[in-house]
Amino acid sequence: MAQVMFTSADDLLAAYLSGEIDHHSAQMLRQQIDAELSARMPARLILDFGGVTFMDSSGIGLILGRARRMQATEGQLVVQQAPESIKKMLDLAHVEYQ
Amino acid sequence: MKAYNLMKISFYSRSVNEGFARGALAAFLAQADPTVPELADMKTAVSEAVTNCIVHAYPQQVGLVYLTAALYEGGGVKITVTDRGVGIPDVEKAMQPMFTTGNPEERAGLGFAVMQSFMDKVRVTSTPGKGTRVVMTKALSTKQ
Repeated sequence: MAQVMFTSADDLLAAYLSGEIDHHSAQMLRQQIDAELSARMPARLILDFGGVTFMDSSGIGLILGRARRMQATEGQLVVQQAPESIKKMLDLAHVEYQ
Repeated sequence: MKAYNLMKISFYSRSVNEGFARGALAAFLAQADPTVPELADMKTAVSEAVTNCIVHAYPQQVGLVYLTAALYEGGGVKITVTDRGVGIPDVEKAMQPMFTTGNPEERAGLGFAVMQSFMDKVRVTSTPGKGTRVVMTKALSTKQ
């Protein structure tokens, strides 16, 4: 099961993801993140993977989909706190992270 | 070569079972004493294969997904994921990175690329209208 919690300040929205991200949970995460994006229209979205214990390529789809949304409004997406276990997946998909 | 242990399970192509498949596989593989990265690789590969069944093999209906894992002397693992869904008309094309027939906004098209990258060998056979079989092998670094 995956979860997401949000904090926001000014034009920044941070989404703290935790648990296992797969095709099943990605659908729910996507809806929750997109609802926050629509409500707040941030210039910068941070996806924090610090609490993520598993991620398959559905997580890449989640990142790329949000990146497209941010690009559409000339916003910025940052991927941060990726645990070692998901770096291999991010590297394979050429997703940059901090 | 004959497996010294084997497990077979089948389950409905419901997305909630992606986590079940990973958990069942991990529980079975524990006896082979894989390293943490090896186990993570195999769980990820199975998650991709099972997701393919759910998203692509049975797009309109619920069908059965068959997961088999076999252990061999010397640390060999063979994982097979089979469905009786729509099949893949062009396996070579389907295995190209970034190719997806799913929603391109949300699907990265990386499933097969991940399986190939996280496992030693991946073989895909498919018959349109009959289903698809994905056979993946990995040699563990354990002393088994």
